[in-house]
Amino acid sequence: MWIQIIASIVILTILYNLITKFRHNKLSRFTFVAWLLFWLIALVIFWIPEITSYLAAALGIGRGVDLIIYISIVVIFYLIFKIYLYLNKLDSQITKVVRHFAINETKNNHESSQSSDHHS
Amino acid sequence: MSVNSKIYIVIPAWNEAQNIAAVLANLAQYDYQVVVVNDGSVDETAQEVKKFANVYLLSHLINRGMGAALQTGNEFALQQGAEVIVHFDADGQMQAKDIESMILPIFSGEVDITMGSRHMGMKSNLPWLKRYIIQPPAKVINFLFTGMNLTDVHNGFRALNRKAAATIEIKQDGMAHATEILQHVSKYDLRYQEIPVEIIYTDFGQGIMGGFKILRDLIIKK
Repeated sequence: MWIQIIASIVILTILYNLITKFRHNKLSRFTFVAWLLFWLIALVIFWIPEITSYLAAALGIGRGVDLIIYISIVVIFYLIFKIYLYLNKLDSQITKVVRHFAINETKNNHESSQSSDHHS
Repeated sequence: MSVNSKIYIVIPAWNEAQNIAAVLANLAQYDYQVVVVNDGSVDETAQEVKKFANVYLLSHLINRGMGAALQTGNEFALQQGAEVIVHFDADGQMQAKDIESMILPIFSGEVDITMGSRHMGMKSNLPWLKRYIIQPPAKVINFLFTGMNLTDVHNGFRALNRKAAATIEIKQDGMAHATEILQHVSKYDLRYQEIPVEIIYTDFGQGIMGGFKILRDLIIKK
């Protein structure tokens, strides 16, 4: 019983945060709905764990807990992949910024030293 | 304006304060335009370069890797109107006198890109571990990724004409850029030639682990 209550408090807090963020336009609709569904399902599973057993049996997996673990692993791998792609993108963007700055700085220095040569 | 004023030597330098002055002094005997890309060095590399008034110094605020530095140098040189761009090392292993034979086939219009080879003409003192243990698998991997069968891999000495430099956009920030450049050469059907060069080894370079890192970058980063 205690675990359900603690989990519910945690999940409700997360949901509250999620909704506030969505209201302030910090999340896309798709991201919001996906996370909302995820946490609502988690909440239901905490209170009625038996439903996972039916699902698991229907899918040919022994126990409900196993089903959850399988799904979790798939979700985690997918998220890691997304983060990996994002980091790669970020990496090349940083390089572009650093490059732009390096080239412009040298060009400006060179031009200003050339124009001061003309004046002297 | 001499012909050499259209030849840009691009030198990526990361913490090369020990060697860069000697390399630049050597290059100063020739008439080339020299561009040093200081790749976020934490030592006195920039100060050493500033002693040479005619050298362009480009500074990466943070270290981005050799591939990133070369691409920065390429873009700058192209914007300055370079006809030929030569990639040269800051560690003093390459010889400035070899630049002429590297750019000759490009000026004559025979090829778009030349690559230095340590094995043609046996000019170098390649350590045996590198020659017999590290290079054979590196060549096989190179062939698998590029379909090109070269006498040497990854020594970083290359010369590109404008077309090649503009076509090849180096996206591999790290050491995998060397293979990436070959991939572009084969993909865009650039005409290439290997030129014997002398490489004088001062230390061991990247070591064995460096090779694995390149392979990892080639597989997972696109």
